[in-house]
Amino acid sequence: MSGLALEVSELSVAQGGREVLRHIGFGLPRGAFCGLIGSNGAGKTTLLRAILGLLPAQGRIQVNGLVGYVPQKIQLEPDLPVRAQDFVALGLDGHKFGFALPGAKRAAAVEAALRAVEAEGFARQRVGRLSGGQQQRVLIAHALVRAPDLLLLDEPLANLDIKAAAEIVALLKRLCRERGVTVLLSAHDMNPLLPVMDRILYVAGGKAICGTVREVVRTEVLSALYGHHIDVIGVHGRILVVAGGEGHDHRHDLVHVTAIP
Amino acid sequence: MSYLVEIWMAASLVALAAGAAGAFVVIRRAGFAAHALPMAAFPGAAAAALFGFPLWVGLGGFALGGAGLLALMQRRARRDSATALLLSVLLAVGALCLSLSGHYAGSVYGLLFGQVFALGGQDLPVLCVIGLCVPAMLWLGLRPLSLSALSPELMRVQGGRPDVMEFLFLALLALAAGFAVPVTGALLVFSLMLGPGAAAALLCARPGGAMALAMLFAVALAWAALALAYVSNWPVGFFTGVGAAGLYLLARLKPV
Repeated sequence: MSGLALEVSELSVAQGGREVLRHIGFGLPRGAFCGLIGSNGAGKTTLLRAILGLLPAQGRIQVNGLVGYVPQKIQLEPDLPVRAQDFVALGLDGHKFGFALPGAKRAAAVEAALRAVEAEGFARQRVGRLSGGQQQRVLIAHALVRAPDLLLLDEPLANLDIKAAAEIVALLKRLCRERGVTVLLSAHDMNPLLPVMDRILYVAGGKAICGTVREVVRTEVLSALYGHHIDVIGVHGRILVVAGGEGHDHRHDLVHVTAIP
Repeated sequence: MSYLVEIWMAASLVALAAGAAGAFVVIRRAGFAAHALPMAAFPGAAAAALFGFPLWVGLGGFALGGAGLLALMQRRARRDSATALLLSVLLAVGALCLSLSGHYAGSVYGLLFGQVFALGGQDLPVLCVIGLCVPAMLWLGLRPLSLSALSPELMRVQGGRPDVMEFLFLALLALAAGFAVPVTGALLVFSLMLGPGAAAALLCARPGGAMALAMLFAVALAWAALALAYVSNWPVGFFTGVGAAGLYLLARLKPV
């Protein structure tokens, strides 16, 4: 079996007549925690959707194992008659017709997924009445219930406060370590991920580069990726990624605030 | 079988289907579609009168046609815009058919507000099929209908077809609503679905339980409306509409 959980080569995706991703390639080792980073519209969601087979794409995508997916925030109304544990159970066989016979194996899988995200305490509550952080845990449990090898998460930290985001990141890192799940998580704010990221997949201008943070978040690397000069500036142990300088109209636009762990 | 028992059975069967569909109207946030699709019965019944084919054929044919059209239109336009457009077209076609059939004034009242006491034993077999098959189909589709409502994207990732589920839901909703029209009328069938469905969703936190409770509420509502209409000589539709709102308000009193 390959040592990689995900292999992508020469991947190109066009949407609405625009080529969003062009000839990108990377591989993710099993059990790695990878941050998919890029500004809004860079193609992060497009890449995740292409890996899931939801978008037509050219090139090669090889997923070695089962994939779990956590989409961007789902609108869940407070009065929706669905409990957290019902939602997780839909991850097992929610796409199938017929009567789901209650069985010990089924209940054990749901219980294990809820336990893995520390959601047993609110498993019987309506999913629409949970906090943002609790809902995110339930979404992760929904993805985990079939024991995936690769977990794709689309902006899971976007609507969370700093504390809840840190808790979700710690939870995902623990899943990575204990279950050997490979995590590919998209985000535009890298700070909560820096202590846990093994690799970073940086997407800009339709291209992507993958490596460790020290390998990727560098002036020459990001300048080549963006196609114009990018400054990577260290400030108090943090890094500012700034577009500007020569040939860029002397404007300094903040691209990312990040920090070397 | 006595006339009143036949009416009672017809209303119960219609309520079973409407209650089951109503639970999913709440889960799938399809209240506007639940208002628009019964209007397919309006041209359906009018076309049956105009061309001389059985009423149930007109109701069923137009209900399924309306559901198919709505499912197609929703792929191309915003959901509410597509529903509003369908509603306009159905009302326009219905008005034309009724006008051409020559029974305009009397038929309009019956189609919009219902004439349950005009039903008879000959209507029971077809109502029996609808009243049992619609809830059975919805029960079998409980999981995919729920998942595709919560997240069509997750449904696709798991290998399901949310577009197929949307059509199936609209078709079952249209059948439940279309065949309830003779009982409650096109305007008030909405209340027989929404009131019990919304009240059940407040009282039960599980999709299957909410569906069963909505069916129970809808049958109780239909029985109460029939009894009150019989003793007061007021329209059944009035009691159905007011009762549905009352049911929801009572359910709201439950502490969160």
